[in-house]
Amino acid sequence: MSQEAVIQQGPGHLASMAHEGESIIKVVDMHKWYGEFHVLKGLNLDVRTGERIVICGPSGSGKSTFIRCINRLEEHQQGQIIVDGVELTDDLRNIELIRREVGMVFQHFNLFPHLTVLENCCLAPIWVRKTPRKEAEEAAMKYLERVKIPEQAKKYPGQLSGGQQQRVAIARSLCMNPKIMLFDEPTSALDPEMIKEVLDVMIELAASGMTMLCVTHEMGFAKTVADRVIFMDRGEIVEQGVPQEFFNNPQEPRTQQFLQQILNH
Amino acid sequence: MSDSAQAQVIRPPKVDRGVIGWIKQNLFPSWFSGILTVVLGYFIITSLISIIDWGILRANFVGSTAADCSGGGACWVFIGTRMDFFIYGFYPEAEHWRINLVYLVFGLIIVPQFFKAVSSRIKMILGIFGVTIFPIFAFVMIYGSETLGLTHVATSQWGGLTLTLILAYVGIVAAIPIGILLALGRRSDMPLVRALCVVFIEFWRGVPLITILFMASVMLPLFLPDGVTFDRLLRALIGITLFQSAYMAEVIRGGLQAIPKGQYEAAEAMGLGYWRSMGLIILPQALKIVIPGIVNTLISLFKDTTLVLVVGLFDLLRTVQATIVDPAWRNVATEGYVFAAFVFWVFCYGMSRYSQMLEEKLHTGHKR
Repeated sequence: MSQEAVIQQGPGHLASMAHEGESIIKVVDMHKWYGEFHVLKGLNLDVRTGERIVICGPSGSGKSTFIRCINRLEEHQQGQIIVDGVELTDDLRNIELIRREVGMVFQHFNLFPHLTVLENCCLAPIWVRKTPRKEAEEAAMKYLERVKIPEQAKKYPGQLSGGQQQRVAIARSLCMNPKIMLFDEPTSALDPEMIKEVLDVMIELAASGMTMLCVTHEMGFAKTVADRVIFMDRGEIVEQGVPQEFFNNPQEPRTQQFLQQILNH
Repeated sequence: MSDSAQAQVIRPPKVDRGVIGWIKQNLFPSWFSGILTVVLGYFIITSLISIIDWGILRANFVGSTAADCSGGGACWVFIGTRMDFFIYGFYPEAEHWRINLVYLVFGLIIVPQFFKAVSSRIKMILGIFGVTIFPIFAFVMIYGSETLGLTHVATSQWGGLTLTLILAYVGIVAAIPIGILLALGRRSDMPLVRALCVVFIEFWRGVPLITILFMASVMLPLFLPDGVTFDRLLRALIGITLFQSAYMAEVIRGGLQAIPKGQYEAAEAMGLGYWRSMGLIILPQALKIVIPGIVNTLISLFKDTTLVLVVGLFDLLRTVQATIVDPAWRNVATEGYVFAAFVFWVFCYGMSRYSQMLEEKLHTGHKR
């Protein structure tokens, strides 16, 4: 599917601001191996500013590994990854530069249990961006309000529910004012009744024009929010397209099989 | 459960309450436990009676010579008359005030740490003062400084409890940071750094402390050029510090390994970089987990300082051993050793209490 097609078929109410953007992430023929095992086999991806991408696929397909390569939590061994004009190489300065601009939300939240919610949010702005503490705290409160838990600011992560922790994790990433947000199965570790509160925050975030890459099994979320859905299997991008096309008229047999499995259970 | 038609509060089952209930439940729950209670109770009570009889009832507390110990119990008079030696060793009497001043400042740093009413900010400031300026201050006071008009006192004259505390304090203050660096190094991605740390840790951990002290005092001078001398106390201090930091490193490594990978990743993903990730995220959590292990190591370090007697340093235990053979007194070995044991116990128990307080304070809700 050509990019033109993607641009023209974006979901209506969110499409407006997303499509003027220029390329912010560029992945060119990227390969990765774990020892002898070929995990990622020549991935190509072009993400434009403000674009919202959902990556899905069976477990072990390499989708998490893929987005973890984008902020260098995993190292790729061949090909190119360029984020916001900076190429990811062994150069530590480049890596730190990119990490400042890329927020990440993990499956298991990974909040820092020894710090309060507010301290979790302020840590990186204070230490990495050198924001004065007072300013950082004000900004953090603003984001905590946005994820609807300002009243928990003084609590420790261990005192919150899973859904609340994940919302804090989102707020924590936003405090760095990232240009891109990566979500690595953000709702997979949550109890069913908490998934919605996290998805609501993500939908709100998407509506604000954030560039987002989400690895998720929430197909409802993909349908409402995504500009593009990418299906990965065995380390390859098998198929991609706008949600409407992707869900209603998948081209590849592997995609059809996958969709059948997760939509009709 | 979900059917909440009858929202009745169900209380936990009632157990026998009161003193009788407690005794029945805890002391005589079965005939075997009952017999055990009686037998152990008999031994505890009889030994307590004889200890109190020897140590307090028939003991002598006041006086100045062996003749004052006429009660047939413990002769605490002996401890009293030798107290100065136990505390200061051979330190010149006219200069004792300098050590007392150091003790005073030391107390002002340590005692507030045990009170919940003191704010953590003050505790922190005192703590930082305790590991930075205080050691310099204590060294100048005890060692002497001509410019300040304090006469120089050679380290060979230092002794008693003062020396024990110096060895322990320097050991503790130096072993923790060195241990942290070694632990981080052992988990480093850089093969050379890792190899060096492994070799260092395994070497020092594999050799008994007593051997290290002997080597430092007997063999080291053989390797040094003539005329170059190394203070004996300094050599013991370095030996103890390196030995204990190897142990400390392994304790801390245990903590580092207990931190979930996600914590490292979250810190990395924020762009914190290695040192800030370690200092702000990983170490605060890792050290908290291993507080019991760290204190365990510190307590054993404190007691291990007694081994310096093999290289001729007069720590507390050695001063006690030196005085109990004084022919002017009848056999006072028991009193001497009981006294030494008591002093060591007080300090070790203090450390243990402090670590429990710290654990309580640092507890932040449920952990995953």
